[in-house]
Amino acid sequence: MLDFSKNYFELFGLPVGYIIDKVQLAERYRELQRVVHPDRFANASEQEKRLSMQGSIRINEAYHTLKDPIERARYMLSLNGIEMEARQETTRDSAFLMEQLELREELEASRAKPEPYAAIADLRTNINRRISSMVGQMAVQFETPTPEQLEAAREILRKMQFLQKLRQDAESLEAELDEAL
Amino acid sequence: MALLQLSEPGQSKAPHQHRLAAGIDLGTTNSLVASVRSGRAETLPDERGRHLLPSVVRYTDAGIIVGHDARSAAVSDPLNTIVSVKRMLGHSIDEVQSLGSLMRYRFTRQETSVPRIQTVQGERSPVEVSAEILRVLAQRAEETLGGPLEGAVITVPAYFDDAQRQATKDAARLAGIRVLRLLNEPTAAAVAYGLDAGSDGVHAIYDLGGGTFDISILRLNRGVFEVLSTGGDSALGGDDFDRELARWIMQQAGISDDVDHSMQRRLMRDACAAKEALTQSEKASLEIELADGGQWQGEMSRQQFNELIEPLVRKTLVTCRRALRDAGLTAEEIADVVLVGGSTRVPLVRELVSGFFNTPALAEIDPDRVVAIGAALQADVLVGNKPDDEMLLLDVNPLSLGIETMGGLVEKIIPRNTTIPVARAQEFTTFKDGQTAMAVHVLQGERELVSDCRSLARFELRGIPPMVAGAARIRVTFSVDADGLLNVEAREESTGVNASVEIKPSYGLTDEEIGTMLRDSMENAREDLAARQLREQQVEAQRVIEALSAALAYDGDELLDARERAGIDTALSRLVEIARLDDPQKIKSQVEALEKQCEFYVERRMNRSVRNAMQGHSVGEFE
Repeated sequence: MLDFSKNYFELFGLPVGYIIDKVQLAERYRELQRVVHPDRFANASEQEKRLSMQGSIRINEAYHTLKDPIERARYMLSLNGIEMEARQETTRDSAFLMEQLELREELEASRAKPEPYAAIADLRTNINRRISSMVGQMAVQFETPTPEQLEAAREILRKMQFLQKLRQDAESLEAELDEAL
Repeated sequence: MALLQLSEPGQSKAPHQHRLAAGIDLGTTNSLVASVRSGRAETLPDERGRHLLPSVVRYTDAGIIVGHDARSAAVSDPLNTIVSVKRMLGHSIDEVQSLGSLMRYRFTRQETSVPRIQTVQGERSPVEVSAEILRVLAQRAEETLGGPLEGAVITVPAYFDDAQRQATKDAARLAGIRVLRLLNEPTAAAVAYGLDAGSDGVHAIYDLGGGTFDISILRLNRGVFEVLSTGGDSALGGDDFDRELARWIMQQAGISDDVDHSMQRRLMRDACAAKEALTQSEKASLEIELADGGQWQGEMSRQQFNELIEPLVRKTLVTCRRALRDAGLTAEEIADVVLVGGSTRVPLVRELVSGFFNTPALAEIDPDRVVAIGAALQADVLVGNKPDDEMLLLDVNPLSLGIETMGGLVEKIIPRNTTIPVARAQEFTTFKDGQTAMAVHVLQGERELVSDCRSLARFELRGIPPMVAGAARIRVTFSVDADGLLNVEAREESTGVNASVEIKPSYGLTDEEIGTMLRDSMENAREDLAARQLREQQVEAQRVIEALSAALAYDGDELLDARERAGIDTALSRLVEIARLDDPQKIKSQVEALEKQCEFYVERRMNRSVRNAMQGHSVGEFE
């Protein structure tokens, strides 16, 4: 059914590019799900159900990837022939790594703070701000990507992954605190 | 086939026949069935005008009683009268027994972890008990609507895990109901409200029932309900309020902990009555019959009650906060909060919830009925009564799905709140030369340690081609379908060999067990298994014939050449012939044969509809 050779941008009828119109993306997503979602085929043959499920999965995956700045960067690198194994690569930027260490300590320390949730929320805001600033840098690299620029994008992505992992750990800590209540 | 649903608006369709479908809210305390009649979704009453069916099943020597009459016997015949069975669905016997006094039945210990309750009619699993409730509701719908149901949407708490969902679906299968979809209760409530209000924006649905709690944050955008996050507790509800209250009474009245089943039930009943009284008045008086025939009298104020239950209500707010966090939103961004479930009648719940979201809580639709009404609306769409309807529900998986890795750790494969359906693959390799099998342990939960998550299933991959250690690349695909149910497929990538996956559910019934139960239930209902199979196949064949004929009439000439058309026509008329005969197996294989024959046609239709959906935006880019 859905042409699996199409890349995610083509699937949504959007130009390939790191800067993406989120409103338009969400609209296209809904329009596509409207025609392929399994709910449209609840009364259908097994074969149609299968097709619809495959299509719907593909659209969800594409949406999930394009919506998120980190996943989108990873995907665009892969479109350019660079496969980044998730979390296998790390940056060597020592100033950045030092900062990460401090953020991590901050996260650990928030556990013992009188208002741990507020401390974690502050940290998350900080992480999100850092990721946002990298989104701008990333966009520049993908404008007319030369091999050097792709390499630069890759380095930014390594850093983004660091922050992403930290954000996940902040969420885990919150979950842990929730369960202790 | 739903080929019909792909037709463009404005085109003429085959004459439309109204299909009978129902929405079923299978609740912990009460259950309901609703249907869309003359364009309106409404719950259906029994012959005495009662809409709620108490989710209580009593086994007697004379037969099975479901509902009000069963409930009245809960005190006198506690061991044969099963209440709150939903709390046992998809749970192991140990988990059920940890619920303590609430679940004082006689259980039989068996190899499988599924609890079996001893009754005068023999052993019954929670799935079978639930099937009895579903059967009564389906029958009520069929009698009211005047014909057999084509299918039903059955609601489940959003926070139900895979085992609980599977158990619900199994119960429907035992009851002979075709499940169009398992629908999350808060999403169903949103549908009931959303279609009335038509208001785009972000809504919170707070659903506190008898035994389960759910919170869903969803965005409504022109008929599309996109669930952003969901959270909950599948073992927290009004029952727990009753339990706190009962404990308080026991303390006050000096009743010891080891009272018998019947006294337990009486206490719970009185506690529940006091709770209900306290929603209206500031005080409730209590009169408890003691085991020695004496009586204890007391009084409880709403304030005292509030103090007892506040920790439980606060617990739900913690979950609300997490759901907001997962949705990346703050309480200020929520337009309104919809209250669902009987327990939201408790004043303290209303107060704390509207305080938390800082918005007045909506409860215009009866909180007991709203879920069934939403389910009926969805059932009407799914069964094909509204081909042009814009409504679409995009739901999420409530719990992260992962696998066990080295050292008892869980690696997440599909994180919670991922939009379903979803599939994610993971690659494994062998660690011994010539290894042909491999075990995988699937878990659900948010924690890092296997011991802190819930085991879903263990399965073995077999038939891996023998290779040197580390050479095999086994790609295991985990998918969660639109019902929130997990499927696993495995394939060795370098040879393309499919490994067979044998799943052993940790808390579920095997297909064989269901088969046996199905036969037993038929005997009970004096129904003929063969007759039922035949009827099911004939209905299925009829569906296929109608849909395909309509599709062919609509675009067969456009999408098929003469040879292709002839092939399909032949297979179709063959099915028409065979469907008249009484061989279910033959009908089944001809339906399959026809579907195979139509494969390319179905694909062409679907491709065209995708193309049409994207047209007008970006014709140039898209082609």
